[in-house]
Amino acid sequence: MISGYLSQETWLHRVPAGAKLLALAGATMLVFPVQDWRLLVLGLLAVLVLFASAGTAALRRIAVLKAFLPLLAIVLALHGLTGDWIAGANTILRLLMMILLADLVSMTTTMQQMMNGLMPLLRLLRPLGVHPDKVALAVSLVIRFVPVLGANWQARAEAWRARTGRRPSWRLVGPFLVETLRMADQVAEALDARGFARHTCRG
Amino acid sequence: MGLRDIGLVLFFAAIIALLGLVPKIEHAMLGGVPITAQGMGVTLAGILIGPRKGALAAIVFLVAVAFGMPILAGGRGGLGVFTGPTAGFLFGFVPAAYITGVVFQSLSWRMGGFLAAFLAAFVGGYVVLNLIGIPVMAWLTDKTVREAVAVAAGLLPGGLVKALATAVIVYLMAGLEPVGRR
Repeated sequence: MISGYLSQETWLHRVPAGAKLLALAGATMLVFPVQDWRLLVLGLLAVLVLFASAGTAALRRIAVLKAFLPLLAIVLALHGLTGDWIAGANTILRLLMMILLADLVSMTTTMQQMMNGLMPLLRLLRPLGVHPDKVALAVSLVIRFVPVLGANWQARAEAWRARTGRRPSWRLVGPFLVETLRMADQVAEALDARGFARHTCRG
Repeated sequence: MGLRDIGLVLFFAAIIALLGLVPKIEHAMLGGVPITAQGMGVTLAGILIGPRKGALAAIVFLVAVAFGMPILAGGRGGLGVFTGPTAGFLFGFVPAAYITGVVFQSLSWRMGGFLAAFLAAFVGGYVVLNLIGIPVMAWLTDKTVREAVAVAAGLLPGGLVKALATAVIVYLMAGLEPVGRR
């Protein structure tokens, strides 16, 4: 979801990253108070039109939503249990919209552009002792790590299912976290190898 | 802080984000405060990588949320969540991680890691988080003290379960890797 940059050039690639991020933040703020499902359906359609305008390659990326289907089903079921189907549908429509919009931004923006887009915002915080470069690097790495960790968990769950034929157990959490600590060390080494110790972090 | 510490901070920020994918439980009695697994990520960070790094991981996570990444429980994100009624809980993540770490470090050599982790996760993830979150919510939504106490009581079972789950995870990890030494 987060890592899939679309190499094919579309009109959205040429929009400055700052503008896209502002639009995303604005859309988020607009969407969350909305309680009317009809407006949310309209919003979702508008997002799909945006996808279509970016070409068929972008449309094909909507398939990434498959990974979210179980989660969305659970959300709907939980709302259904309390008898509030409308609220459940609203939550799902909102989620779909935000996931797709965020996806569209990350599909058409390189990490470099993303960081540059965020810079003006971060420079405002400089008097507070915030180093914009460090923050931008940290956030972009976190964004990348979320799908990496998700894939790691998936791989463990798959191996577990292959060996036991049962659904993944909570016992996988221990080794998963240990692996995470190891990965953190590897990332530190990789950053060091790229010379970040001197410029970006107090190493 | 060395680079290695920074790697740990970033990965635990990602783990907090990943736990946002676990569906949240809403209950009318809680006045719109969802029960989420995200708080568990915060207490885990405090215990496993220490108070300072844990708090930093929570800050990095919040910054990523502010930039509009839909990683908050229930796929929320953006600047809007910092002005909503549950904003206090979000800002409370930072001291919660710190205090969880401090409590764990001061208890873990007196008792087993399991018990220390349970107590630390309860103090940080329930007591501290709600001491900050509920007053802010009560202030923003004009609730009375009585209602605020009712919300806190309603969150107690979830808080206990989450503290227990954190302790189990720490116990599972303790056999594989030295815990709290990083």
